[in-house]
Amino acid sequence: MNRLYEKYIKTESLPTLFCPGCGNGIIQYAAIEAFERLGIAEDIACVSGIGCSSWIPCYYKLDVMHTMHGRAIAFAEGLKLARPEKKIVVFTGDGDCVAIGGNHLVHAAARNIDLTVIMVNNYIYGMTGGQKSPTTPKGARTKTSPFGCIDQPIDSCKLVTSLGASYVARWTTAHPVQLEKAIADGISHKGFSFIEVLSQCPVQAGKNVYGEKEPSKIMEGYKKGTYIYKPQAGALTGDIPAPQDGKIPIGLLHYDPDASEYLQRVEERLKAEGVR
Amino acid sequence: MAEITIDKACCKGCNICLTACPKKIFVKSKKRNNYGTAMPDVKDPENCVGCRMCERLCPDGAIDVKGDRNQ
Amino acid sequence: MERDSNTKTQVVLQGNEACAKGAVYAGCRFFAGYPITPSTEIIEMLSGEMQKAGGAFIQMEDEIGSACAIIGARWGGSKAMTATSGPGYTLMQEAIGFAAVTETPIVIVNVQRGGPSTGQPTLSSQQDIYQARYGSHGDYGIIVLAPSSVQEMYDFTVKAFDLAEQFRGPVILLADEVVGHMREKIEIFSGDRRVSSPKKKYAISPSTDFFKGANTLVEGQLHDEMGRRIGHMADKSGAFIEKITRKIEDNVDMIADVTTYCMEDADVAIVAWGSVARPSLNAVKKARGIKDDRILPKFRVVRDLVKRGVRETMHTDYSHLKVGLIKINTVWPFPEELLQQAAENVDTVIVPEMNIGKYCREIQRALPDKKVVPLPKCGGNIHTPKELLDKILEEVGVDE
Repeated sequence: MNRLYEKYIKTESLPTLFCPGCGNGIIQYAAIEAFERLGIAEDIACVSGIGCSSWIPCYYKLDVMHTMHGRAIAFAEGLKLARPEKKIVVFTGDGDCVAIGGNHLVHAAARNIDLTVIMVNNYIYGMTGGQKSPTTPKGARTKTSPFGCIDQPIDSCKLVTSLGASYVARWTTAHPVQLEKAIADGISHKGFSFIEVLSQCPVQAGKNVYGEKEPSKIMEGYKKGTYIYKPQAGALTGDIPAPQDGKIPIGLLHYDPDASEYLQRVEERLKAEGVR
Repeated sequence: MAEITIDKACCKGCNICLTACPKKIFVKSKKRNNYGTAMPDVKDPENCVGCRMCERLCPDGAIDVKGDRNQ
Repeated sequence: MERDSNTKTQVVLQGNEACAKGAVYAGCRFFAGYPITPSTEIIEMLSGEMQKAGGAFIQMEDEIGSACAIIGARWGGSKAMTATSGPGYTLMQEAIGFAAVTETPIVIVNVQRGGPSTGQPTLSSQQDIYQARYGSHGDYGIIVLAPSSVQEMYDFTVKAFDLAEQFRGPVILLADEVVGHMREKIEIFSGDRRVSSPKKKYAISPSTDFFKGANTLVEGQLHDEMGRRIGHMADKSGAFIEKITRKIEDNVDMIADVTTYCMEDADVAIVAWGSVARPSLNAVKKARGIKDDRILPKFRVVRDLVKRGVRETMHTDYSHLKVGLIKINTVWPFPEELLQQAAENVDTVIVPEMNIGKYCREIQRALPDKKVVPLPKCGGNIHTPKELLDKILEEVGVDE
């Protein structure tokens, strides 16, 4: 077994419930690498909702809250407000975060509250057996879009950027090194950090959504179907880049280290009003 | 020389490591993991460059690389 | 409620404000909420008071988020509360179930309004009595307190926090628009309240707060004492459900609180909970010829009644009625034994409720040999003492 697993994972709970080749395990490992690199595991708590990706933190030897469908961010906000000095990492999926939890995502991003949200986007509801999600591409045939998905997929990175999230990155499971760095940076950043990870669900989405069902080929597809955004100096505070030649931009898409964070604003107001 | 181990209690046989390794150290084998599916075998570990992509991309933490050039 | 040596002051407060003050005194240091009539004064007051007390406040995007945020904050180590009404309480049901299954001590205030749906936002009701007990899906135990005065809004809020911590679970303060919006002179305390930590452990889930090195796993699935899921094991799951229900239901003697008035020689009892206990008490006093010094100045009552189209005439002679009052303060778990003891010597029990007649079923079940007469009243108006006494007259008859 991997030595970091032995340090950070409740090995008695293994194997994980993820299907063979699921991207969640890769993200699980990238996050523990980030915790290891930061060296502050005792100051980190994880919160997750419902869905396959929300099982990621349940195996960690950390304080973990496995909560209700869509509400992870709301739970995390309460926890953060109670313990402002700690770092809260939210693991969520595309359905959990953007569909049922959309309202909490919208408001947490607008508050720019210091949370790190890792959204695993596999374009499908995997746990329930392969139904369309808010990010399912147009035309994809799923269990609940048998004639092809007709809804415009939601670009969650664009959504949170437009609202005021101050660290927005997108990576894929085929970029584990960059993903680990993004998670570490997101945790270090004081503000709402949103990291979308394009992941694979070889079992429930497979050919219908990615055109491939072999995990390694889906990941190969992610490498080919994306381009790494290289901004010009100072260009990270604006809108996020658009797809080019049908390729999705990945990388650090938006970063505003000076954006005022929610808890800082609260403290400032309380000081200004003489309450504290 | 790197010592690469694959934990058959963790491996689910997804074969991601076969393509993840730039040196193609992992090969298909007839060995079975605890779930009864075929798990990879390690061939020519002396070719390992210590990039750790296999560790990072293994979704089940089954692979551990010891004694590579980074250690 | 135990009154300690902290400074006592007398103030005139609205019920909702008293609830907010009680929360701060009880040690609540986190409030998340969403404005909704008729509970809004609680969030309004705590938006300032909570932070002045060194706690945190957030106005969430909805009631679901509010209920979730207080659970999150409680695991961060802060006692936490939210307050809502009607539709907002319905939205919180899933989180209440989550708090029950994870055994998270939280307090949720439901200032009831008329339903269903948007219903009657500005008028009172007691329609949520069963939702308070059975609102979330699945089986669990829950403690529900029903205040009937502004003082009780304060006292029961404090008590709710104590019970939540002791029995590890959500506690509902089931108020209504009448007690929420009325103003009375009450006694409140200042300073820090001394709370001793519960001796016996009632939680079977992990119960160490976060960031204490315990690697606590808070899990919404059925789980063992480590937080690991047991849902695939039928026997363990069944035992878990029984435990989280029975830790409340089997300890009803420690939780139950019933107040009686003039029951020593009573033939007929009014069993009331929440604000309906007020006209019930008045009815008892009127029948017994006890002068009431607690009710508001007369002109105010008359004006209100005239405005509501009620003509209060008390010409009927009720003096032969030996009426008593049994006021149930802890509506859930149902205080069956205390009720049976209190009603031992009466033949007839009148159960006035501002709903279609719900809690009376529970009372009939507990008192199978008594004549239990429901007196439901829907529409937003509280019963008048005359209505209660007329009903008693109708049921008991004029035998002398």
